[in-house]
Amino acid sequence: MSIDAQTVKKIAFLSHLKIDEDKIDATKEEFNKILQWVDQLKEVDTEQVEPLVSVNDGTLDMRKDEVTEGNQAEAILANAPMQEYGYFAVPKVVE
Amino acid sequence: MTDLTELTIAEAKKGLSKKEFSAVELTTSYINNMQAKHKLNAFVKETPELALQQAAASQSKIDSGLGGELEGIPLGIKDLFCTKGVDTTACSQILKGFVPPYESTVTSKLLSAGANFLGKLNLDEFAMGGSNETSAFGPVINPWSKEVPLVPGGSSGGSAAAVAANMCAAATGTDTGGSIRQPSAFCGVTGIKPTYGRCSRYGIIAFASSLDQAGPIAKTVEDCAIMLKVMSGHDAKDATSAKIAVPDFTKVLGQSIKGMRVGIPKEYRVPSLNEEVASYWDKAAQMLKEQGVEIVDISLPHTKYALAVYYIIAPAEASSNLARYDGLRYGNRVEGKTLDEMYVNSRTAGFGREVKRRIMIGTYVLSAGYYDAYYLKAQKVRRLIRDDFIEAFNHCDIILTPTAPSAAFAIGDKSMQQDPINMWLNDIFTVSVSLAGLPAMSLPIGLNSKGLPLGMQLIGRAFDEESVLKAASILEKQVAFRGVK
Amino acid sequence: MSGMIIKGKTGDWEVVCGLEIHCQIISKSKIFSGASTHYGSDVNQNVSFVDAGMPGMLPTLNEECVRQAVKTGFGLNAKINKYSAFARKNYFYADLPQGYQITQFKYPIVGEGFVKIELEDGSTKDIGVERLHIEQDAAKSIHDISPTKTFIDLNRAGVGLMEIVTKPDFRSPEEAGAFLRKLRSIVRYLGSCDGNMDEGSMRCDASISVRPVGSKELRPRAEVKNVNSVKFAMQAIDFEARRQVELYESGGTMQQQTCQFNQATGQTKFLRFKEFSDDYRYFPEPDLPPLVLSDEFIEDIKKNLIELPDAKKERFVKELGLTAYDASVICENKEMAEFFERAAQGHDAKKVANWLMGDFFAMLNEKKLSLEESPISAENLGKLVELITQNVINGKTAKDVFAIMAETGKAPEVIVEEKGLKQVTDTSAIEKIVDDVIAANPDNVASYKAGKTNLLGWFVGQVMKQSSGKANPGIVNQILKQKLG
Repeated sequence: MSIDAQTVKKIAFLSHLKIDEDKIDATKEEFNKILQWVDQLKEVDTEQVEPLVSVNDGTLDMRKDEVTEGNQAEAILANAPMQEYGYFAVPKVVE
Repeated sequence: MTDLTELTIAEAKKGLSKKEFSAVELTTSYINNMQAKHKLNAFVKETPELALQQAAASQSKIDSGLGGELEGIPLGIKDLFCTKGVDTTACSQILKGFVPPYESTVTSKLLSAGANFLGKLNLDEFAMGGSNETSAFGPVINPWSKEVPLVPGGSSGGSAAAVAANMCAAATGTDTGGSIRQPSAFCGVTGIKPTYGRCSRYGIIAFASSLDQAGPIAKTVEDCAIMLKVMSGHDAKDATSAKIAVPDFTKVLGQSIKGMRVGIPKEYRVPSLNEEVASYWDKAAQMLKEQGVEIVDISLPHTKYALAVYYIIAPAEASSNLARYDGLRYGNRVEGKTLDEMYVNSRTAGFGREVKRRIMIGTYVLSAGYYDAYYLKAQKVRRLIRDDFIEAFNHCDIILTPTAPSAAFAIGDKSMQQDPINMWLNDIFTVSVSLAGLPAMSLPIGLNSKGLPLGMQLIGRAFDEESVLKAASILEKQVAFRGVK
Repeated sequence: MSGMIIKGKTGDWEVVCGLEIHCQIISKSKIFSGASTHYGSDVNQNVSFVDAGMPGMLPTLNEECVRQAVKTGFGLNAKINKYSAFARKNYFYADLPQGYQITQFKYPIVGEGFVKIELEDGSTKDIGVERLHIEQDAAKSIHDISPTKTFIDLNRAGVGLMEIVTKPDFRSPEEAGAFLRKLRSIVRYLGSCDGNMDEGSMRCDASISVRPVGSKELRPRAEVKNVNSVKFAMQAIDFEARRQVELYESGGTMQQQTCQFNQATGQTKFLRFKEFSDDYRYFPEPDLPPLVLSDEFIEDIKKNLIELPDAKKERFVKELGLTAYDASVICENKEMAEFFERAAQGHDAKKVANWLMGDFFAMLNEKKLSLEESPISAENLGKLVELITQNVINGKTAKDVFAIMAETGKAPEVIVEEKGLKQVTDTSAIEKIVDDVIAANPDNVASYKAGKTNLLGWFVGQVMKQSSGKANPGIVNQILKQKLG
């Protein structure tokens, strides 16, 4: 499969990353090279193969319903680039 | 008195308990060495005061006979482990200034065992890389470098270099596709990636959750065993950590390996395999044979697809794991007029080139219309790769392979810089093991003609680190490798 | 036929609607962390490092949330899936700290089921349930504190949610309204969600399309987000369906889109077309292995399941002789049904139901009291009905006694005793009054005898008046008829 400039832009959009216009072609080339390389997987017959989600054969343990954390707003906010009145603050979101 | 920093953990423990030197003296030696070797760029954050405080506390514990298993041992911590109150950045701009209000499970186990932390070690940004060149703090210089500065390997490049240069007694590393083993090989030290689930991932900054695993890098097999024992164990805070008892890994060291079957996978004789590496591989097999093992030819038929599978699955998980770095709650924010603009600005400025590349590949392979062709396909081939190992282990007990196809290369190597795939090919012998979740160790096997160390990899069955360590301890004795001078 | 037909210029149209309802799970702690779910705490106080999406943090699953989902699954007559799995839904938003939501995608915990709804005309309809899955709630963005900034409070981030998805079975706003009321009743019975739509603990999205009557096609739909009351949901469906009919009839075409509901105008407003930002890149959550429920776990929940509204209603009809309508009104609310059962215990259940739904509801309404605040206990309401059944007081006196009960909370028999309200059933005493009345009104007696028999009522009234309302009207009637010939 090979991708076009439009797809590169879409991927950048979904990734929340900016690619300068003049870098789009180079990015596209690089991507296509990588995709071509991973396309070797096509030769593997996986018709009857179940996907492996995790090497961990275990199942999920459940935790008791107990409140064990909280009342630490200071620690939660300690690394915030911007905070006001105990809230995290960001540029106005317009819905 | 010998330089205390040349001691192994086992030796240092003896010296401390015999009062040949104090914990503070030991830590001071390391601090001096750490500071003398700044140019290697192994540490990105040094915490000498903290280490000395901890050393003093350790000494009083030793004095009262209450010392833990690593009491007074000065360690370096890969900067991917969250350490409470100490900057943790994953060597990324986007986490600049981040100070975790919590401690990772692995580092808190080490602290409880009495270890002292000298500081945080350099790595490839978010552990994405095989040369430590993607670090926002710049590359680490391999202490074996001669005329030109060489890479230490990656991503745990700082960890391997610091251990090789005696800047810490041992270090923590993490391994997603080879990040403990490959730098260990490049720097002539010993490192083990345990079975997936052996060490808790809680508090380790995630790269690819289904692959990430912590492990030690140390001077010797024995030191790795001592470290691993402390680092391992089930953790209710990590739903993927295994509920399997942790054995005393040191007990098996030096035990006879007579009758053990050692598999040699034919698929690992790839064209890119350096001749010297190939001949050391044969030599290692021969050494083990002389110790009574049976050498078995095995096949891991899907080996050639492992890299492609890895470079779909790891970026896919990473694209999601790194979505939280948005400049909102922590880390570096670059303002924008709108929320989206702020996100995009912060992420674009905060992530380096390789990280962005992987985020975008990961986003692409998960996106509508491509999921089945890439991600699902990769998961299926991942099963085939794991099944290969399960089948192989019907015929052998451990597997012997080289750790990397070549020795350390120069910082800024053109072919690696121009084509990311060339860089990724360094992981060719390590990724299959990661995809299968198996334990594997790298230990030095000798020097190449340029005087650079090469490493051998021993792979075991899931949760059979003991066989790996046992065989490694025997091989280590035969090799009698001497560290960098 | 409860479907709504929209008469258009070109013909008749019908609406096709499905609902997605998010129900906040009642649990002490969050679904993936140990922080409290308490509503109304100080800003950012109920937040764990996991909820804040801090680096290296990992989710752990709360058993109670699973239990509540299974319980609700039984309430929806649905298949409980022993195997389910979590997935990540990736998108960037200020109220989504991890950059993804942990939800269930391919393998929900509850599969297909149905809910029986009762409609005003007495008919019933089964609404298909597609699935129920569990996931984490988002944080809250606050837009109205600052003119230039949005504030984020993470207290709600990570509270457990059940998302219930229906089949597109609704053909009218009324059906959707009846379903929402029924679902609310079910989750409240089970205690799995408080069902408060105005507080946002139950939130509803409606997918609406229209088609010509007789057609089976599914046309592009509009998804109306966050309609937070039953009334609004009905308004939104009605408005949106009519809008689409008008659009088609004026030659327009529909494109799949997302809309917003305006509470003030009762209208839907276009928000955006489906676009690639809706590419959520779902993939299996690597931090959580699959959830496998044991038979014991499921059986234990089933065994301890309380009687649900449908079963209760059926029992009230079958065993207590209530009409289907009365039973469904009483059973909509669990507390009301329990109150009724206590009141009806050992008494005439049908009469108790009449009193409950008549005077009792009216009294609560008038006094603006909730059931728990009622001055009249269930036991006393039952005793009042018993006094009537036993002919101790007549119906009219009972109303007076009820009024005093509502004021004082006293038991009915005490009121009857204190006020001397026992009705006269002594035949001779009544005969004496009848004789007096007949003697005092010869004209009317003559008229009656001449054939104006409807005067009987007047005579009864006179006798009752003379007895201060205490005479048993049945006996008065009987004696009057006898004496007047």
